[in-house]
Amino acid sequence: MLGKLGWAAIPLDQPIPMIASGVVGLVIIGVLAWVTLKGWLPYLWREWITSVDHKHIGIMYVLLAAVMLLRGFSDAIMMRSQQALAFQSPGYLPPEHYNQIFTAHGTLMIFFVAMPFVIGLMNFVVPLQLGVRDVAFPTLNSVGFWLTATGALLVNISLVVGEFARTGWLPYPPLSELIYSPGVGVDYYLWSIEISGVGTLLAAINLVTTVLKLHAPGMTYTRMPMFCWTTLATSLLIVAAFPILTATLAMLVLDRYLGFHFFTNDGGGNQMMFVNLIWAFGHPEVYILVLPAFGVFSEVVSTFSGKPLFGYRSMVAATMVICILSYTVWLHHFFTMGAGADVNAIFGIASMIIAVPTGVKIFNWLFTMYGGRVVYSTPILWSIGFMVTFVIGGMTGVLLAVPPADFVLHESLFQVAHFHNVIIGGVLFGAFAGYTYWFPKAFGFRLHEGLGKAAFWCWITGFYVAFMPLYIVGLMGMTRRMQHYDVPAWHPWLLIAAGGAAIILLGIGLQIAQLVISIRRREQLRDETGDPWNGRSLEWATPSPPPAFNFAVLPNIQGAEAYWGMKQHVLKQARLDAEPAYADIEMPRNSPTGFVCAFFASFMGFALIWHIWWMVGLAALGAYATFVVFAWRDNDEYLIPAETVARIDRANRSARSAAVARHEAAP
Amino acid sequence: MTALDAAAGRNDPDRLVHEQVSLASQHTLGHAERGLASKRVVTAFGFWIFLVSDIIMFSAFFATYAVLVGNTAGGPSGRELFNLPNVALETAFLLVSSFTCGLASIGARAHSGSWFYGAMAATFILGAGFLSIELREFASMVARGAGPTRSAFLSAFFTLVGCHGLHITAGLLWLLTMMAQVFAKGYRPDILRRMLCFSLFWHALDIIWVAIFTVVYLMGVAQ
Repeated sequence: MLGKLGWAAIPLDQPIPMIASGVVGLVIIGVLAWVTLKGWLPYLWREWITSVDHKHIGIMYVLLAAVMLLRGFSDAIMMRSQQALAFQSPGYLPPEHYNQIFTAHGTLMIFFVAMPFVIGLMNFVVPLQLGVRDVAFPTLNSVGFWLTATGALLVNISLVVGEFARTGWLPYPPLSELIYSPGVGVDYYLWSIEISGVGTLLAAINLVTTVLKLHAPGMTYTRMPMFCWTTLATSLLIVAAFPILTATLAMLVLDRYLGFHFFTNDGGGNQMMFVNLIWAFGHPEVYILVLPAFGVFSEVVSTFSGKPLFGYRSMVAATMVICILSYTVWLHHFFTMGAGADVNAIFGIASMIIAVPTGVKIFNWLFTMYGGRVVYSTPILWSIGFMVTFVIGGMTGVLLAVPPADFVLHESLFQVAHFHNVIIGGVLFGAFAGYTYWFPKAFGFRLHEGLGKAAFWCWITGFYVAFMPLYIVGLMGMTRRMQHYDVPAWHPWLLIAAGGAAIILLGIGLQIAQLVISIRRREQLRDETGDPWNGRSLEWATPSPPPAFNFAVLPNIQGAEAYWGMKQHVLKQARLDAEPAYADIEMPRNSPTGFVCAFFASFMGFALIWHIWWMVGLAALGAYATFVVFAWRDNDEYLIPAETVARIDRANRSARSAAVARHEAAP
Repeated sequence: MTALDAAAGRNDPDRLVHEQVSLASQHTLGHAERGLASKRVVTAFGFWIFLVSDIIMFSAFFATYAVLVGNTAGGPSGRELFNLPNVALETAFLLVSSFTCGLASIGARAHSGSWFYGAMAATFILGAGFLSIELREFASMVARGAGPTRSAFLSAFFTLVGCHGLHITAGLLWLLTMMAQVFAKGYRPDILRRMLCFSLFWHALDIIWVAIFTVVYLMGVAQ
């Protein structure tokens, strides 16, 4: 009846997961009770859960990423403290638990923190920057988000019901095959990534179509802000890389569920086939994560330097070159496979070549700042912190791209330090810069500057204290994923690294405090005009937060840096242009399709993990029925009357008129 | 839709001429007329991108098949298993179904019920025929002890060909849903857009089958 599921699946004898999940359960029940008692459930259902508005979906993506960041970071703290304690002692985490923790940490941080964070930012910002009212496929967008949430849910259910994989974030066979991993851990991994992978693919298809097909009149490709270009590159990479992941994991599923022989030791299976395929996805994946961050830095550096982006066209070219080159380097993740000197040399050289377009970007940002009047607020601190940190990470990456050096450093903590250096210093700093930069656009008030700066300094200090020691112990020969060790020389460095994690914890605490205090002081931090940073791209032409339709009248783009041009024109004539003729606006109707679909997908994933076949069938039927019901509806749009549009736009126009008058009055 | 749009749509259904659109956008129309492209172009383009991703997924299965084709682990190879006349018949079914699918698209565009339903029914029968031949082939292989668990080669074979078969199954389900929708709702623009996506999907499956026919069956027998 319930497949492999039984009471034994719940780890009642292990205090850490039980207490952790108990606390999480209490928090969820508390939040639900609070929301219900306040009577907010209908509002949440109407405006958020069923929303097909790209802005709301973007915000929900970022919220999901933030919550998962806390979960992934608590795994990090446990690993650092375990390694600090486990010198000539077993520490406090038994090996099978420790192995689950590093697997969950990697899986969560890549698939459920970094991915939703960048997809959330792209979703929120790109239609605004292109001057359009929505993405190409609004309901599909909602489906994509909720399927991602399903994946995250399944990973977290594994904390209480059953176990998670012990294989590392990419489940290499033969360890991940049924014979060596008989439990449900790998199955949790497989189904959560398969389901959320579909969601990510849908999001990418949507964004590619949006960037290539929907623009305000006059918004040609070379007038698009840099962030739109990096969104295009990232989405193209997702479209070309995620299907490989889907196929590869499907093959592992077939091995585990039906006794196929793709990657097994017997029957002619080939494990290196898995490793090749998974990295043919995995290497583009790192650029999927970092390119949107590059886009954020381009926007932030240009805005806070008060200058157009230096070398816009070279930046576009560098982005697209990275997009292509990212498919030519996957083998550098396993130089030790034994492919031979020639193959390794080619992949080593290709890996080093990627440093060239990345270097172009670094110089472009530096030259953008050069000669500008740089305003040192929080987003640009993250950007400068990124440039310094990422260059270090890039250089250790070039070191690792040298095959002989890689033979020594492969699977050592040097490598762990390298990829944290580029992912924290690149992706996460970019995500935080974007979060601070676009927060006022999303919610109508800025984040507290002082606490933001304090959080930045904690993060960057904590990062260096936590990861520079890992480079050193890596060079000393410490391999990754060690539950305990006996080498006295490593111990002090690992103690320092644990201290670094504590400093990062302080940074996260400051970020939470920043959010709470900013919400409480939102009236003082209010963004009246919709342009708090003296911005240059079209999202700042809208009120903060933007109305459902984004633009009362679609802007007519005259040149690059569309909004900057409009603003200069208005300031020159010292008044706004005449009020446009408002018309009714059609917008897509909200739909619970995404949520209902994900509801069935969650049951289907859970049932597949536990071999509850009747539930798989029912859930599949439910998902199909949901689509048919969606396809059968007759009214998929609603009308916003011209009067409402006029009222909303007039309010913003009067705030902007006041700002123009203030600008005139200033000396 | 305004009169202006209707006029533009008649002469230029795919809205490839942008000047008319930028003129229209000054009237601040709904999100259908948001930018440079019409809904039809946007939907078809997005579906093309999906098909690209689907073909890339197949390419991973093809690559795996190419790597594992010699790993028969002492079991039968393709040369011993494949029955070319059978596969030729399958191929004929699928190629003709693509033709009838094209007729159905024309019928839908012309709002001709007899053409649309007739051609869709023919497509369904041909697709189901393809599927039944494929399933019989699979069943006979399993009965001879050459199932997917026999060797890595057979795992890769059943997965690659079976994945295409699953796509055909999904396509048949979509086909029936599509017919029911046209029956219930008529030839609405959104339903015609779905029909466009369906025919793109069906033709793409044909292209993939041509690759399977060549790489798996012809090259398998030639070995």
